[in-house]
Amino acid sequence: MTTTERVPLAHHFETPEQQHAAALLGMWMFLITEVLLFGGVFLGYVIYRVNMHEEFVQASEHLGQSVFGLTHVPFLGGLNTIVLLGSSFTMALAVRAAQSGNAAGLVRNLGLTMILGTTFLGVKAYEYTHDWHLGLIPGIKFDHTAWVGSSVNSRHVELFFVFYFVLTGLHAIHMVIGMGILAVLWMRSRRGRFSAAYYTPIEIAGLYWHFVDVVWIFLFPLLYLIRH
Amino acid sequence: MDAQPHITPIRTYTTVFAILIALTLLTVSTALSDMGVWHTPIAMGIAVTKAILVFLFFMHLLHSPKLIWLVAGGTLVWLSIMFALTLADYWSRGIVGKYQ
Repeated sequence: MTTTERVPLAHHFETPEQQHAAALLGMWMFLITEVLLFGGVFLGYVIYRVNMHEEFVQASEHLGQSVFGLTHVPFLGGLNTIVLLGSSFTMALAVRAAQSGNAAGLVRNLGLTMILGTTFLGVKAYEYTHDWHLGLIPGIKFDHTAWVGSSVNSRHVELFFVFYFVLTGLHAIHMVIGMGILAVLWMRSRRGRFSAAYYTPIEIAGLYWHFVDVVWIFLFPLLYLIRH
Repeated sequence: MDAQPHITPIRTYTTVFAILIALTLLTVSTALSDMGVWHTPIAMGIAVTKAILVFLFFMHLLHSPKLIWLVAGGTLVWLSIMFALTLADYWSRGIVGKYQ
């Protein structure tokens, strides 16, 4: 490998390969702690959903829109799921471009991933604004009068939205952090800092980005798709 | 790790992405249909399938060393302990359904 001398090798590693393997292992270990962080909130959600099933179904319907004459269709949530899956796809292509030493492909796919990530956050911001106007913000702007006369306890509906904002908010914070990481890697890629011999930061960032995608894969059915 | 990393063909990524989109459309359409008691198991089954696809292909678990598999498997073990013991406690003390 003629480019080996360009690989920054920390003194406590024998070879660049060993350093790369250690970095990947470290990222997977970090992702374990992330799984348990989100898992704890998921567990709380499951317990309350079993207890307050009727209210959670009605609250979830408020996350849907009217599309093609159908009501309560989870259009924006579904759109964001597809956008995020697309960003994972371009991120995987970015890592592949780095592995094959395709510098232009790396810059292009990191750029596409950032565009899709921004789209996701834009749709999320629109949804949050809509929730504000509907009075669905627990503790701050929650319209209990809208539920008077119905069979459900509006306090339980409010609790659904506590879980909704904590889970999607935590996820959105992870997205913003991911966007920051991608922006730095994009600039470094443009300066030609990565090669087929050294692309560890790209692969590590890819693992993080895909993990955030996996979190959304579970958030989407849990929050948006409760109907029965 | 291998000195030479395994480079997945673009075709594999494209196929996985297409399956992920198809599964997303499937989970939305089943959610809007009446599936009775199977509603939640179907939604969760599809989500688990999608997550496994992302782990295996996008996160390269398929071609990762056994140590990475151990870490990924360990995650499931710890998560299962947290869910199993907590839910067993709630169910056995009759707290489930208390607020209906």
